[in-house]
Amino acid sequence: MAKIVGGICTSHVPAIGRAIAGNLQEDPYWKPFFDGFPPVRKWLDEVKPDVAVVIYNDHGLNFFLDKMPTFAVGAAEQYFNADEGWGIPTLPPYSGDTGMSWHVINQLVEKEFDLTTCQEMLVDHAFSLPLKLLWPDSPTCPVRTVPVCINTVQYPLPSAKRCFKLGKALGEAIASWDDDVRVVIVGTGGLSHQLDGERAGFVNRDFDLAFMESLINDPEWATQYSNEEIVEKTGTQGVELLMWLATRAALGGSVRKVHSNYHIPISNTAAGLIVMEPKG
Amino acid sequence: MTATAARREIPGTRIFDAEMAQKGYALNKMCYSFNSADNRSAFSRDEDAYCRQYGLNAEQTEAIRTRNVLGLLAAGGNVYYLAKFAGILGLDVQDLGAAQTGMTKEAFKAMLVAAGKVD
Ligand SMILES: [Fe+2]
Repeated sequence: MAKIVGGICTSHVPAIGRAIAGNLQEDPYWKPFFDGFPPVRKWLDEVKPDVAVVIYNDHGLNFFLDKMPTFAVGAAEQYFNADEGWGIPTLPPYSGDTGMSWHVINQLVEKEFDLTTCQEMLVDHAFSLPLKLLWPDSPTCPVRTVPVCINTVQYPLPSAKRCFKLGKALGEAIASWDDDVRVVIVGTGGLSHQLDGERAGFVNRDFDLAFMESLINDPEWATQYSNEEIVEKTGTQGVELLMWLATRAALGGSVRKVHSNYHIPISNTAAGLIVMEPKG
Repeated sequence: MTATAARREIPGTRIFDAEMAQKGYALNKMCYSFNSADNRSAFSRDEDAYCRQYGLNAEQTEAIRTRNVLGLLAAGGNVYYLAKFAGILGLDVQDLGAAQTGMTKEAFKAMLVAAGKVD
């Protein structure tokens, strides 16, 4: 049976792509962010995942407002990164795992999650950059991937409570996959930031740190909030913390914190990073 | 009672809901097209013609012409798509932040750095 080795949640802003392309890892502005990752890579070397299930939100690369799925799951042999309009380098294609994708799709629909399934799916910086941060030295991503995309563009967005339930069902679906693969869940987005409006530049350290702590000790804490309340507390794009919540839920019962990092700012964003491992 | 009557007010913040998604459809569709380099150069060759081709209304065309970020948002623009328009202009999200808050980019960046200092 498949085994979930743990979950990694990280921020995903496009500027990270520019910093990687420009080799700015040691630059004083970027160093506190990039320094968070070596311990994650060390952990990955130990737990050796074969597959990454990546929970992220599309920023207008694959989906437009003509058809906006609430939850979409990839079921392709390969996923392509592409031009998003602002010139960060396009990364090489990602291998899919169609067996696991369809197993997950079948299980989630069985559990009443009405998904959109995608046999073609462009993956944007929210998918590509976190994987590049996890495996920087490998020219192509060394694990197979299953993309899970949650709408954060057009309201109504699925609630925190719903995303938690999705994550829980996703974890159960993966664990029931009849193949001896090791799976890491990667959740990308957040933490607090706001790109648009007169309140642009808003971040909220206290809330972010409380949220990160809650993932370990009180995982359903954030499900008490509506998305409007989350926006109020974390900014218009801070609502991307929904990906973190779904990732945590996929890990089940209790977890141990392996590693974390938090730094303000990268670009307009409060950058968070956490690695969690299921207990027992 | 309208569908949006219960909308929560957050200062300096808009929720991209059904009303905005309808209002901004043409504008956002144009910005979505900027994922393609060919479309970006077609826009740059003749901005007005490109706006007409996508059916932008007068408010949206004017906000594009004047690079008015808050105006684009008010006209139904969604920041995820508008970021692609900013890309054509060579602006990043910190330029956008400065433009929307009326700060210089340096001051905007300094505000974020200050927010990261633990007191
Ligand atoms: Fe994002």
